[in-house]
Amino acid sequence: MMLSEQALVILGGAVATYLTRIGGHLVLSRFRSIPPRVEAGLDAVPAAVLATLVAPQLFNGGVAEVAALAVTAVAALRFGMLGLFLAGAATIIGLRALGL
Amino acid sequence: MDSEFRDGARTALPIVISFIPFGLLFGALGVDNGLTSFDVVLASATIFAGASQMVGIELYGQKVAPWLIVLSIFAVNFRHVLYSAAIGRRMRRFSAGQKALAFFFLTDPQFAESEKHVGAGKALTLRWYMGLGLTNYLCWIGLCWLGALFGRLIPDPHAFGLDFLLPIYFLGLVMSFRKRPLWLPVIVASGAASVVAWHLVGSPWHVSLGAIAGILLAVVLPPRAGSGAAAEGASR
Repeated sequence: MMLSEQALVILGGAVATYLTRIGGHLVLSRFRSIPPRVEAGLDAVPAAVLATLVAPQLFNGGVAEVAALAVTAVAALRFGMLGLFLAGAATIIGLRALGL
Repeated sequence: MDSEFRDGARTALPIVISFIPFGLLFGALGVDNGLTSFDVVLASATIFAGASQMVGIELYGQKVAPWLIVLSIFAVNFRHVLYSAAIGRRMRRFSAGQKALAFFFLTDPQFAESEKHVGAGKALTLRWYMGLGLTNYLCWIGLCWLGALFGRLIPDPHAFGLDFLLPIYFLGLVMSFRKRPLWLPVIVASGAASVVAWHLVGSPWHVSLGAIAGILLAVVLPPRAGSGAAAEGASR
């Protein structure tokens, strides 16, 4: 069976994506022990990457977006993942419905 | 059903809700840009990374050279290299084959929820990991397929705020790591650097550049007394 050009591009993208998902581990596993400073850096990965996914939205957001993120951050101090998510979602949907 | 698997699957609930609009949108945009429903499902099932899939179809619609599309997908997904290095440390009990399988499912929420799970003192088991991963995976494929079939019926997602659900979910995850050492300096450095990079270099590089700024800060700042690994480092 001949694959279409679209399918080949997609499969190329899939291979590239898988390489990013396994690559970091393959590089790191070549070292027998991880130095403490590298360990500290790796412990910072979740907050560091996730912050970059939010910061431009905050910076470029209008009233509704900034308010929704603020409500989410405060709700996170009290509620679990689902609760804070619903609080943030209700805020953005409500404020946009009001035309903000 | 196995309780570990079920617990992992339950963790997927807010994740799935937050990517509903994006799955439907990807399917609809894919068809708009000349893909068949089969191509849409193939992309979701083999790439399984929403933002990069969006970039891919956008470039495909603009008739960009195939190698450049693949390179762009790689660029958008480059942050996964960091996830992979960090989460690999939690997979010591996985066999090589299990790791090879697990890394395929390493999306943003998969990584963050797994780190949270370990942070809460629970072992990362393959069954929990796959309960989360497979639920996300099957829902993502299903939503993209629905979007491809019925995309034109979807109302403007912006009006309902649906396009903003993912940033809300990601901020929730940022907050869930607030007990980690150096959390505040790291998110301030990463956030500020990503906004600067977003203006100077552009998307998607702002993600990797911003993240590297926060990670480097954590590497150079003196380790905080009290945390195990840090105290070990200071005594050497």
